Amino acid sequence: MAYATVVGIEIVYAIATLVLVSLGLAIVFGMMRVINLAHGEFLVMGGYSATIAFHHGVNFWIAIIFVPPVAVGLIGLVIERTIIRFLYGRMWETMLACWGLSLFLVGLMTMIFGGDTEGVPMRVPGIRIGAYQTSGYELFVIAFSMLLVGAVWVLLRLTRLGLLARATMQNTAMAEALGTNTDSVYALTFALGAGLAGLAGGIIAPLSGIVPTSGGSYIGQAFITVLGGGASALTGVTSASLLFGVVGQIATFASNAVLGSVALLAAAVILIRVLPDGITGRYFQGNL
Amino acid sequence: MTNSPFRFRDRIVPQIIPVVVGGALLFGLPQLLDLFTLLQVTLYAIMAILALSLGFIWGYGGILCLGQSAFFGLGAYAYAIAAINIGESTIPFALALLLPAALAAAFGYFMFYGRISGVYVGVMTLTLALILFNVVNSTAGPEYHIGKAPIGGYNGLPNVPGLNLPFDPQAQLDPVATYYLSGGLLLAVFFGLKWLLSTRFGRVVVAIRENERRVEFIGFDARLHKLAAFTIGGALAGLAGCLFCVWGNYTSPVIFSMIQSAQVIIWVMVGGVGTLLGPVLGAVALSWLTAEVGMQQLFDANLLFGAVLVVFVLFVPRGLLPMLTERVWIRLARSPPRAPLSHSVTASGGSA
Amino acid sequence: MKLTRRDTLRSVATATLAAALPMPFIARAEAASDIVLASLYDLSGINQEVGKGMFDTLSFAVDEINEGGGLLGRKIRVISYDMQGNLQLGSQYAQQAALKDRADVVHGGITSASREVIRPVLDKYKTLYFYDTPYEGGVCDRNIFCVACTPAQTVEKTIAYATKNWGKKGYTLAANYNYGQITADWVKKYARDNGGEVLGTEFFPFDVTNFGSTLAKIQAAQPDWIIAVLVGGTPLAFYRQFAAAGLNSKIHICSTTFGSSNEVSILAANEVEGIVVCYNYLEVIDNAKNRDFVTRFRAKFGANYPPLAELAMSSYQGIHLWAEGVRRAGTTERMKVIEALESGITLDMPSGKIYLDPATHHVTQDVHLAVYHDKMPKIIETFAQLPPSDTAAVCNLTKNPNDNQQYVIKVD
Repeated sequence: MAYATVVGIEIVYAIATLVLVSLGLAIVFGMMRVINLAHGEFLVMGGYSATIAFHHGVNFWIAIIFVPPVAVGLIGLVIERTIIRFLYGRMWETMLACWGLSLFLVGLMTMIFGGDTEGVPMRVPGIRIGAYQTSGYELFVIAFSMLLVGAVWVLLRLTRLGLLARATMQNTAMAEALGTNTDSVYALTFALGAGLAGLAGGIIAPLSGIVPTSGGSYIGQAFITVLGGGASALTGVTSASLLFGVVGQIATFASNAVLGSVALLAAAVILIRVLPDGITGRYFQGNL
Repeated sequence: MTNSPFRFRDRIVPQIIPVVVGGALLFGLPQLLDLFTLLQVTLYAIMAILALSLGFIWGYGGILCLGQSAFFGLGAYAYAIAAINIGESTIPFALALLLPAALAAAFGYFMFYGRISGVYVGVMTLTLALILFNVVNSTAGPEYHIGKAPIGGYNGLPNVPGLNLPFDPQAQLDPVATYYLSGGLLLAVFFGLKWLLSTRFGRVVVAIRENERRVEFIGFDARLHKLAAFTIGGALAGLAGCLFCVWGNYTSPVIFSMIQSAQVIIWVMVGGVGTLLGPVLGAVALSWLTAEVGMQQLFDANLLFGAVLVVFVLFVPRGLLPMLTERVWIRLARSPPRAPLSHSVTASGGSA
Repeated sequence: MKLTRRDTLRSVATATLAAALPMPFIARAEAASDIVLASLYDLSGINQEVGKGMFDTLSFAVDEINEGGGLLGRKIRVISYDMQGNLQLGSQYAQQAALKDRADVVHGGITSASREVIRPVLDKYKTLYFYDTPYEGGVCDRNIFCVACTPAQTVEKTIAYATKNWGKKGYTLAANYNYGQITADWVKKYARDNGGEVLGTEFFPFDVTNFGSTLAKIQAAQPDWIIAVLVGGTPLAFYRQFAAAGLNSKIHICSTTFGSSNEVSILAANEVEGIVVCYNYLEVIDNAKNRDFVTRFRAKFGANYPPLAELAMSSYQGIHLWAEGVRRAGTTERMKVIEALESGITLDMPSGKIYLDPATHHVTQDVHLAVYHDKMPKIIETFAQLPPSDTAAVCNLTKNPNDNQQYVIKVD
């Protein structure tokens, strides 16, 4: 029974991680149709900013929750203004430019931080469930990702900025005609997506060491979760994460971590083939 | 026009010049270079074949495959495992072409007959390469073997036998002979693709890149043509993989990695999308640059290549070759420039 | 289509471009009376801490020799290649060292995978190869000398200690490549030899960062101890998550790789408390030669240099063994140096005495068991002059000089 609970927690944790890691990309892709292949590197930069802040004496919780989104959001803003904004509407060019950006950032981080594995120590104690110990931090991650999805929903649905963002994405010309500064909206939306990626990186930092190349392991999952989810940012990501998380984790427990990730990838390929516009291309249409 | 008295000068000579130059390079270089440099040139020729495989399906077919490394790696592994088991190289060589072609055909069928196109093709091919990478990378245990050959996981397969003359395992090809084979195959692939593009099949493939729906209205089966082009690309990448394995006498899962796929894309993009010589030049120049960059400590290789890719996407999206040759002969020939080629890599299949 | 000036010029221009490509490759002859030593370590990438450490001691050893008058009166020139953790570059640079630099010796390769890529290349092009990293044992090849410890020297002692002091039930976590796989088999064998058993073995790729399910499985199995044969970025994440789950107070840890990178500086004291290791070298070894070495080394590289580890010392020892071989041979010609190295060389090193065994091309050396308290290793037991018995059981190059393979232990 206790083992079943632990397995259950692992599954929910896998889903939560996928949501966390993919949310930023979902905003950027779902709303702006930009396939940001540098998303993994934004995550890693979030992790590094958390580590640096922590090592400079900033409180652990502030270092992982507040510092990364601000830092990476600013970086995202700069990137949007200098590179992305020239390529809107040209999906393949943006994808390639973002891939180049990803390589560039990996190289830059390697030059600055070296190949060392950095990290932040864990501050949440373990929790006993029956005869098993499980990481209390995992429960924190699960709770946090649910809160985050809720917060983003509130932002997009209930605030004026969210309204302007959605309007601009739906019909840029009309939004401009009504007086919105669409340039700023684009920039801010990209910065939001980047900030969310950074936040995910900050939250994940205490669990695993960060090296400049860590982004590579996240980009694959994030990418297929977002594309599998489809056009709606939030609904898509949550539904796709649910599906892939369960498939992946069950396969991991049945065999090993590698077959788990292969099962996840294969599920994604099949999903995209069957539902080319993603889950929310067919179901839950019109939702955020 | 075909009966014009200038037929030889107008149509045959431009075809002959590249053949002559290619032949001269192939036979001339071994006389000029030492063994080590010749080995490097062999590597570049192999990479050029890989670049051509993507240059064909992307530049001419409009299929942006983000996972070309899947077929490259499969060719290498097919050759390595077969050669270790069989002991001579003729059948493994054939397998290195057939297995990637089969995978490309199967996966291409899965994609194109499901009307997947554009960005989603990129995603699915990327995922395919990721799957292969993850699977092969984790087969380090002794239980993972095909016949006598342990798949080896992260370690890869070292000590892969080289190529020998057909059905004669004693007659191993030495490095110089391997150079001739690789260079010769590069020329064959180059001119073969050139010829293929001039046939009706080739022209339909290019037409599909321009406007898929219209091609279908005319009566061609676009899916079949895309499938065929994709399969050819897969076979060529497999050929490059086999040669690469022979060159280094080993193969490892890194060959399936996203980095490998990214490199091929960068070569084609920098060299010139929509040309044949462009990918070749891109592959050679950038492979050389990679090795040089690796030897200095000042700048990280990823940094440089990422910057190169971004700069090219923003400023030189069609690659160096079209830009250079247009500029060069504009200045020399002093004729009005041609209208630019439409860089038509459409995001979805066939906008009319 | 009329042939215009435009088209001809275009053909010629592109053909010239293509023909101009080989220009950078025309070889330039290089003359040198120096002895060329090529080093092939990861100076960037996931193993860069280890690689830099090994390269630093390599340069230190070369400087010692050069400052003492050189080798055979000639200076040693080091050509350094950064493998960047990339096996293909390893193969390429090995070729380059052998053919272009005509190196007299190559010291390099960290992971066993890189060694197995470099070894055939250097065999093919007849260049002497020194592999100075501890590994899983069994390499039998006259062209290579493996200077560092193998499982019979270290792992055996670690498992004996674990089964005697902690309990009979163990669990193995290993990196998923040849070193991890083969060492895991040795762990099984030694556990059995000591009346214990390994309850389970798990393999990880280098970039796994989430050990949640593994920790659950470990707890389900309830071992007395675990052994971490982890490399790259995984160890850090593992020790951290293990401690976070509160397991480090219940299950003991020993490791074959701990301390060789920068884990000690990054992890917290409670995360590494009580970890047991067994190495030929630890900076805290108390003998005159080591004290002198550490003083001189830190004088050159700075007092803040991280703790000197096993791999750094085996790199240093490898250079000196090779240099002694060259001195005895009186030449850098490969076969003569090999024969000189096979004459039975003993050297006095900071880790103790080392002896290069002619039959196996491996080294008999001292070995120390240590436990980590407050992030510092404390030596519990020393074993003097342990021979490389695992390789010796299968490899005899004096009898079979043409042997060329890596023998792999078979454990059912």
